[in-house]
Amino acid sequence: MTDELERVFREEHGRLTAALVRSLGDWDLAEELVQDALVAALEHWPEDGIPENPGAWLMTTARRKGIDRLRREARYRDKLAQLQEEPVIGATAHGDERLELIFACCHPALPRESQIALTLRSVVGLTTAEIARAFVTPEATIAQRLVRAKRKITEAGIPMRVPTADELPDRLAEILGVLYLMFNEGYVASASPERRDLAEDARWLAGLIVRLMPDEPEAIGLLALMTLQLARAAARFSPQGRLILLEDQDRSSWDPRAIAEGIALVERAGRMRRPGPYQVQAAIAACHAEARSWAETDWTQIVMLYEGLTRMTGSSVVRLNHAIALAHVAGAARALAEIDEMSDELDRYHLYHATRAAFLRELDRPDEAREADRRALALTDNPAEQALLRERIGA
Amino acid sequence: MKYMLMFISDDSNWDPTKPETQAAYKRIGEWFEEHTKSGKITGGEELKATNTATTVRQRNGKITVTDGPFAESKESIGGYALVDVKDLDEAVAMAKSWPALSAIEIRPLVTHDDPAARLEP
Repeated sequence: MTDELERVFREEHGRLTAALVRSLGDWDLAEELVQDALVAALEHWPEDGIPENPGAWLMTTARRKGIDRLRREARYRDKLAQLQEEPVIGATAHGDERLELIFACCHPALPRESQIALTLRSVVGLTTAEIARAFVTPEATIAQRLVRAKRKITEAGIPMRVPTADELPDRLAEILGVLYLMFNEGYVASASPERRDLAEDARWLAGLIVRLMPDEPEAIGLLALMTLQLARAAARFSPQGRLILLEDQDRSSWDPRAIAEGIALVERAGRMRRPGPYQVQAAIAACHAEARSWAETDWTQIVMLYEGLTRMTGSSVVRLNHAIALAHVAGAARALAEIDEMSDELDRYHLYHATRAAFLRELDRPDEAREADRRALALTDNPAEQALLRERIGA
Repeated sequence: MKYMLMFISDDSNWDPTKPETQAAYKRIGEWFEEHTKSGKITGGEELKATNTATTVRQRNGKITVTDGPFAESKESIGGYALVDVKDLDEAVAMAKSWPALSAIEIRPLVTHDDPAARLEP
């Protein structure tokens, strides 16, 4: 029952919020009514069972609660009339207003951190406290971020609609960027049990985007990438919370069903013949997921994929990863020469120094390797990464 | 919704004798004409360069008049358009089609049919 309740709540939260925001134009009131309706469901459903159409039940309840609230406050007279016109779930061009809601939450006129917080609050239905826990940020800071974002939406006239065709690629890329950041926030941090893991929430949202926009290969690519990375999640940390690198992971603890699902998504996106950075990253993740061991990894294929990704993104972090793959094909000396070209751009990036250290160790230059690991240690505040680097410097 | 689009640029680059500036003027003229015809623009002007600006400032009850723009910056507001469009996305789309090199700040206008104002008792 609890699982079923959670599933229904998660599906319906964004729908209700979107329909109520659309009808009321008031984010705070909409959110309060959604909360009221969910609380009422928690009171009734465990006894009466989940109704056949839970969405309609929740909407009716939210409307009734809203009308009660507004009647008590005469100054909301206008809004009352709007509620009586019966907001209808699904009354949009796309049949699911959560899509419009996500476009509003991830509007480029909002700061990135607010986009993430507002998406988690309004679409996924996390509480302010849960979001604060995920970001290890005081609850008051998150609350203020949400208030400012909602105010900006209302006052600057940020619309709740799917953008026109010529804006769509940029705006969708913005959403995917928000979701990937959310995913990484959770994926990298999942060592500490008291933190809420956002990776699963991000994957759920990516899945929702794919369901609502099934012809967007980059959305499918992002979902594939998340699915493949989560398939390996159980192998990433030791029982003591130590980070285990891909090379040393116990591949038997990877989830074969999720890997198959991820690979099928990569192939589905590929058939659309509109390649993009997420699809390429997913293809790289698929290469790793398919390899039976680190030694059997298809590095030639991975080098080629990273070359493509470098062309698409021009990112030096991508070039760094290209060099790591290149080391397996052409040797550490070649790879070291390649990353030394990027020393200016990546000097503040801990993984640049950690990678250099790995190459130097392989080339039997232990003193320089230790020095590079020290630089890396000084630049990261992730406890799991720090522990790993300390071990290396000590060894 | 009503917005002001403020065109921000470095006016030291803006030399009316240069052919590229004249070409930009022509494109700007067309931009204003197109959006005025469609009813989106309700007003707008070009401003003279910042070396013509004067700033009047009240501070601690004292009024000072100084030469120059209010902010010391290479970039300044070179002109504005008042627009009346459906929402921010439409205003952004207009700003994206602005034919000259500049940053454009979009600010909603305070209007008295603002729904937030209606909520006040």
